[in-house]
This record gives sequence, structure tokens and C-alpha cells, in this order.
Amino acid sequence: MTYLTKPTLHHPTLQKNKVGYTRRDYEGKISTLCAGCGHDSISASIIQACWELDIQPHRVAKLSGIGCSSKTPDYFLGSSHGFNSVHGRMPSVLTGANLANRELIYLGVSGDGDSASIGIGQFAHIMRRGVNLTYILENNGVYGLTKGQFSATADAGSKSKRGVVNRDAPVDTVSLALQLGATYVARSFSGDKKQLVPLIKGAIAHEGAAFIDIVSPCVAFNNHEGSTKSYDYVREHNESVNRLDFWPTRDAINVDYQDGAVIDVPQHDGSILRLRKTHPEYDPLDRVKALNYIAEHQAKGELVTGLLYIHPDAEDLHAHLNTVDTPFNQLGAKELCPGAGVLEKLNAALR
Amino acid sequence: MSIKRIEAVNDFVIKFANVNGSGSASANELFARSILRMGVPVSPRNIFPSNIQGLPTWYEVRVTEKGWLGRRGGVDLMVAMNPQTWNQDLAEIEPGGYLFYDNTRPLPQSRFRDDINVIGMPLTDICNATYDDSRQRQLFKNIIYVGALCALLDMDAGAIAELIGEQYKGKEKLLKPNLNALQMGRDYALAHLKCPIGLRVKKADAVGNKIFMEGNSATALGAVYGGATVCAWYPITPSSSVAEAFERYCKRLRVDQDSGKNKFAIVQAEDELASIGIVTGAGWNGARAFTATSGPGISLMTEFIGLAYFAEIPVTIVDVQRGGPSTGMPTRTQQADILSTAYASHGDTKHVLLFPEDPKECFEFTAQALDLADRLQTPVFVMTDLDIGMNTRLCDPLEWDDAKTYDRGKVMSAEELQAGKDFGRYLDVDGDGIPYRTYPGTHPTRGAYFTRGTTKDRYARYSEAGPDYVDNMQRLLKKFETAKTLVPKPLLTPAQHPARFGVIYFGSTSPAMAEALDALAAKGIYVNALRVRAFPFQDEIADFVSAHSKVFVVEQNRDAQLKVLLVNEAHINPASLISVLHYDGTPITARFIVKEIAAVAAALNVRPLKKHKAA
Repeated sequence: MTYLTKPTLHHPTLQKNKVGYTRRDYEGKISTLCAGCGHDSISASIIQACWELDIQPHRVAKLSGIGCSSKTPDYFLGSSHGFNSVHGRMPSVLTGANLANRELIYLGVSGDGDSASIGIGQFAHIMRRGVNLTYILENNGVYGLTKGQFSATADAGSKSKRGVVNRDAPVDTVSLALQLGATYVARSFSGDKKQLVPLIKGAIAHEGAAFIDIVSPCVAFNNHEGSTKSYDYVREHNESVNRLDFWPTRDAINVDYQDGAVIDVPQHDGSILRLRKTHPEYDPLDRVKALNYIAEHQAKGELVTGLLYIHPDAEDLHAHLNTVDTPFNQLGAKELCPGAGVLEKLNAALR
Repeated sequence: MSIKRIEAVNDFVIKFANVNGSGSASANELFARSILRMGVPVSPRNIFPSNIQGLPTWYEVRVTEKGWLGRRGGVDLMVAMNPQTWNQDLAEIEPGGYLFYDNTRPLPQSRFRDDINVIGMPLTDICNATYDDSRQRQLFKNIIYVGALCALLDMDAGAIAELIGEQYKGKEKLLKPNLNALQMGRDYALAHLKCPIGLRVKKADAVGNKIFMEGNSATALGAVYGGATVCAWYPITPSSSVAEAFERYCKRLRVDQDSGKNKFAIVQAEDELASIGIVTGAGWNGARAFTATSGPGISLMTEFIGLAYFAEIPVTIVDVQRGGPSTGMPTRTQQADILSTAYASHGDTKHVLLFPEDPKECFEFTAQALDLADRLQTPVFVMTDLDIGMNTRLCDPLEWDDAKTYDRGKVMSAEELQAGKDFGRYLDVDGDGIPYRTYPGTHPTRGAYFTRGTTKDRYARYSEAGPDYVDNMQRLLKKFETAKTLVPKPLLTPAQHPARFGVIYFGSTSPAMAEALDALAAKGIYVNALRVRAFPFQDEIADFVSAHSKVFVVEQNRDAQLKVLLVNEAHINPASLISVLHYDGTPITARFIVKEIAAVAAALNVRPLKKHKAA
């Protein structure tokens, strides 16, 4: 971390996006995380993705639980409302927030302790319910803020900084999300911004439960030899199945399916995801095949990254609940209260 | 030896002993409602097990022209339909009371008591002769005994038929057989049994325009009227029917006519942690939201309740209390969550509690709780219990003033932010301890803040500095003082004569207390009564205590939780309070209160005032 305050003046030549904001307008407070922390790279990717998507920062609500990763919403989108809630409970708070106002963009930021241990239940159920959000799991296999205990995503056999070997089986959040019905599932690496930024953009454009597991090395407690979440280890074992390009509207590209190496996936909101396949046999439109593929490669010690599954016509919780288009927080007594006349009839029926 | 016969008109208790899942509930309720139709108040109570089928269940109906709606205690007529509980049911009958039973199979004399009046009717034989289908035999047996009771109690058969007609309106297939079964039971009784017995129902005009409603339904309707759009819940007895009734009412009253879309969202969450989390998120984002739960759910929710208190988020929680601790008595009633809600969470917290007495107040207080939560930006609890929540209760009709708008509290608008109004999320600008908030997404550059459970300064910036912490905690206390001026005031029922004693009570104790005060006065013991309707306590409560030499505090828990709270929060000398505690899981009775208070009054050597002429 640094103690230097950020200058508030922007360079006049900074490029503005379609809604008139520079990239700096998407920044937040100065990070208090350790220098070199993978989480800060993820924050930078979120900033880049939102700027490129021409999102007005205040139309984003960013929610988190507790832990290093959950602190990060303070470090991006400073003009957005943020909510650093309770350990492992971001999903429920975000679900409620989403129900209250369907018009905002919801970003849930969590860590592996927050999502795979204390909050695994809430993680599971927000995926099941199809809440329209981008769920970013900053996964370093370790409890950083309490100084280096293993988390539930630590691989069996992985060694802690103090030399302790983890014997427990790891939770694979990507497979879990797939099984539980998430409709956009990806894995990436904090050090691979080229892969990550389009994945975040695709997730934000997706109208359903979008989940990105991002391996994010902890420089303080999990970046040593013997760790499977270190920069070196991930770079060596990363098997990217595809590279994503993102177009905000349908017209921007010509949609013709070329050879097996590229597929275009139109999303509900009109945006197009173009997948450049690096593993031609991988089919991100098939949930079952995706699960098998991930498991097979995991058995070989490979970390499969990229867009692993997408259901382009996903429905979200609001569709399931058939809620009105107007956000609930804009409805008043006129719309919500049935009034005294109706009450009189109800009384009459109770006599 | 002739057996004494209890003689009573419109003032007796009849209890039905049934097997859970046998279809008795609707027949028993039909019986109760038909007495209401005759203009005579009734107070029915379900006494049921934590079970779906097979275990014993009871339905007790107090017939009370005077309108005493508390449980009386004792049984004048037992309708004993459950062999499992025969001995216990028999033992409950008052001497000179009546036993109605199915005598298809003869029972040895030793199974009866010699001080009660036994009425046998071959219900099984009648059903077997009439119906082929075993389910029909079971279901119609219930209607047949209602028919028999109609004759035995000299009831108006027309009232029952009318109710059956309303219930099966448009369902001719069901209407006819039900009417036939009723008639069959009545005819048999008139032909073979001595009708009427000493207990009788006589037409009266004591019901007026009162309504007959379950507390949980009224709570749900209060949430509809109060503007709740998000309901997140997890099933738990005795609160589940709040969320279920909310859904039922919303489907009728909250579907947008043009689009067919819902102006509500109900999520059955994975647990109580998620339900309160959803409610907290919705409240943070400006929707009115509530959850309904019971004691074990409150235990699970406490972490979030602390967050909502500290981060100042409107949250409405309905606690339909049951017997605790732990799983406790899931299907019995208590008022035993007073302390666990008043101080829910680690750290220093105090929460607003409302104590409704009946369905009418369940409706009012739930709607009001949504206003208070927004106004005070804090959790507000509606503290009902199983006795109010899951029993159909006679009460005044629900009222709503169409001139009323929702109080959304201090929410800064985009226009105000644009005009440059200073926004500090935790800044006390008005001196009432309540800061302004903004809804997420309000303004492009102003009014955004970071909500957190950690300490912060007045502008919501992270701070662990001692002075910032103390400043914030003191403001929260000031806000709690403000709450005193907004919550429902206590209600005083003065005795007819100057009284040394006072009594404080709340919630579902109310009907038993009204009756007890009457009975105590009849004994020459005069007591001023104060019904506490909310926490924080207004000054009137301490004043009431100091105006009396002793004040009874009547509660339905073991540890005198309201008394503890009074001592702690209203700074009342504990020596001036005497606890009257009823906590066996059954609703408190007037008899119990009278016995306890009269005993203490005698011990304190109070000479009853000369008995005054009856009015």
C-alpha cells in the first residue's frame, strides 16, 4: 500500500468514454492491500471493464463480505454506493438490494474464505436463484487478513508459508457454480488482464447469475514454492480454453460462424461475446460437458481458464418472480396500499 | 346418586380432543364460527403438536357472552375423539361437566369418572353405515359431531348451515354431503340423546361488528398496507403463516392490473441468516422489507441485526414467539424473546420493539413498524406470539386512513444533492440523532458512501479513532431517545377506586388481564393497569410505577424479561416490582393472574375495600 494521496486533478487529455467519463472517474480510494496483491489487479480490471462498457459509475452497487477481497470495493468506483456487509453474507444482501432496485448493476466481490467456507451456503443459493449480478471471487487459497490460514479452496498437498501441508480436499467454486445453475461461469487469473477484462464485461452484460473465479495470488502468505495459488504456479498450469472479445451491440460485428475456432454468443442485452477458442473441442454452451472437461483437466493438475459456460438466454430472479418493471424503491403508497375501501371488504369477509 | 350438572348459558368451555391430520380442524372452526353467528363471542385456541399426522391435537372454544377472550382454564364439555389422550382429557373436565364420546365400542365403567355427565353417540357406526369410503367416514364424522353438538347445546342449526353454504359456495358436490352430515348428527342427537344439556348457546348481540381473524394474517395484511415489497423468510412455526398470508394477500392486492406483474417479491431463503440478509439489502436500497420468524430464527439473525443497527438500515422483523430456549416448545406460546430482541447482537445495541395485543394491533403495528424502521433507520421488531398469531381471534375491525402516506424518513434526493446540501451519512443535522441517507444510484457524483459494519466517522469514512466511535455511539443513543416519542404509548386502565397496586402487562396477556382486573375488582382488590406497547419505554411507565406501592409485572416467560428490561432501561427500583410469571406454554389465564395477585395482596395484608354494589 502507499500513503500518497491520489491527485484529484485529471489530465485534460485523458480519453473520455461515451458517457463522458475518463478511466480515472472509475477509481476509488487508495488500496490498503499489500503491494503486488492480485486483488488490486482485479480492481484495475473492474475499472477498465466499467469504463469500456460506458457504465455511469453511480449506477453500480458494489457489495462484499469480509476479508481482504471484500475491502476492495472501496478501491474502485468511488462514486458508487458500496456495502461491506457481514462475513460470507454478501449474496443475501445483494439479493435484497437487487430486488429493491432492478435498474442498478450489481457487483458482488468476495474471497475464498468468504464464499467457500463461511458463506458457501449463500454462494450456492444466489447461484441457484439466478440473481442478476457479477460475482467476483478473488481466490488466493488463504486467509490473508488473519495472517495465512488455509482456506477451503487450498489444494490438497499445497504447502503454507510456514510449511504446513493442507490435507483437506479443495472446494472448486467453478464446478459448484455450474452445478448450482449459474448461467455465466468463468475462471481467470488476476495477472492476466487481457483475459480478465472481457470476461468481466461479459459478466456485467449477462442478465443472470454470472460468476468469475479469479485466482489471485496473496503476496504475503501464498506466493511461495509449494503453493498452488502463486503467480508462478498459475502461470505454469493455466490452460486457457478460449479468449473473449466483447462487443456492446449486435451491429458491431458480422455474425457468421467461422471454423471451429470462433463462436459468437449474442446476449439478452444485445451485446456479443466472441470466443476465440484455444481448445477447439471445448464447448462453453454445454453445462455437462463443461463440468467434465474441468474435472478431467483438474485431475491432470491443469487450471482451466476462460469462459467456461454461458447460457445466453438466462432468466434472472426478477423474471422468476414476475416483478414489475419499476424499481420497488420507487413505489409509494399510491401503488402499494390497497386502501380503506378494500380493507372494509376484507373486514366484512372476516365476520 | 345424582350427578351435578353444570348449568351455563353462553359462558362455558368446550374442548375437542382430536388426532392431528384427521380433518377435525375445519369442523371445529365451523362450530366456533356458528356460535359467533349467533351473536355470542367465542375465543378458540389450537393446542397442537409439532407433527403433521397422528399425534394428539386439541381445539378449545371458550364461549363467552361477556367477551372474555383469554383462555379460561378448565373444561365444561369435552368432545373426546382421541383414544390416545382419553385419560388426560377426562381428567380435565370440571366436576358436573360433560363428556361427549364415540360409544361405538363399549368401554368399561372404570374408564369413566362418576362426577361427570357422559353422553355417548355411536359416531363410527353411523359413519360406517352411511359412507363407503374411509376418508369420507373420517371427515364426515367431524361434521356429524358438530351436528350433534348443535342439538345438545341448543344451537341455531340455521347458522351452521349458512356457514357451510358460504364455505362451499359454488361447490355443490361438497355442499350437499356436508349439510346432510350435519343434519344426520343433529337428528340422531335429538332422537336419542337428552337435548339440550346444561350448557346452552342462546342468541345474543354481543359480537357487534367485530372480525374474527388470525394474528399472523393480520400481520401480513399490515405488511401489505404498510408498503412492504420484499419479504424474505425461512419456514418456522409459529411464524410461517405470516409469509404465506403475505403471499396470499399480495396475489389479490398487489398485482399490477395492466401488466399482470407483481409489486412484491417473496423469497423463501435458505435459512434465517439469508432472510435477514435479503431484508437488510433491500432496506439499504430503499425498498420496504420484512421477515417473519420465531426465537430460533432471531438467534441466527443477531449478527445481521447488529449490522443493521450499526450501519443504520431499516429492517422490520416479526417475531412470533414460541417456547424457548433452543427448539423448546415449537407449538406452544411464550413471551420469552424480549431480552434476546431488545439487545440482539454483540456489542452495545438496543432495538425498538412493538407489542401488539391482538390481530388488530398486529395489523397496525406491522404497518407502523415499516414507517418506524424508515424513520429511525434501524431494526424494528413486531413481537407477537403463537397465541395471537396462530389462533383466530375476535377483535375490532381493521382500520386504515387513506390520507396516510408512508414516512420514508430522511432520504436525501438528487435535487438536494445537486443543490449542494451537505451530506454526511452519519451526521446528526437535526439534533434527533437521525442522519440522512441516500439510495444507491441517486446522483452521479454526490451522496455515494460506503456502508460498513466497522466504525466510521460522520461522513461514513472508515475510522477506528476513539472519539469517532464514541460520537457515533452517543448519537445512536440519542436516536433511541427519539424513538420514544414515535412508538405506541402505553395504555392505562384505571381501577374504579384509588389503588395502591399497579400491574404492567403486554401483548397476548391482554385479554386474560382484562378479565382478571374484573375478577379482582369483584374481590375488592383494585389495581391500576398499564399495558406497555413498545420499547424504548416512555417516561409514563416509570411514573406509573412510582405512583404505586407495588407493581405487578405479568409476563409469559420464566425470567421476568420485561421486568429486567424495565429495571435496566427505565431505572425502576426492582423492589417495587413483583413478577407474575406464566410459562408452561399454554396461554396465561385470568384465573392464574387473579390467584397470584390475590395471594400477594393477602400477604401484603391488604384489606379489600368494602365490596361495592354491583353495577
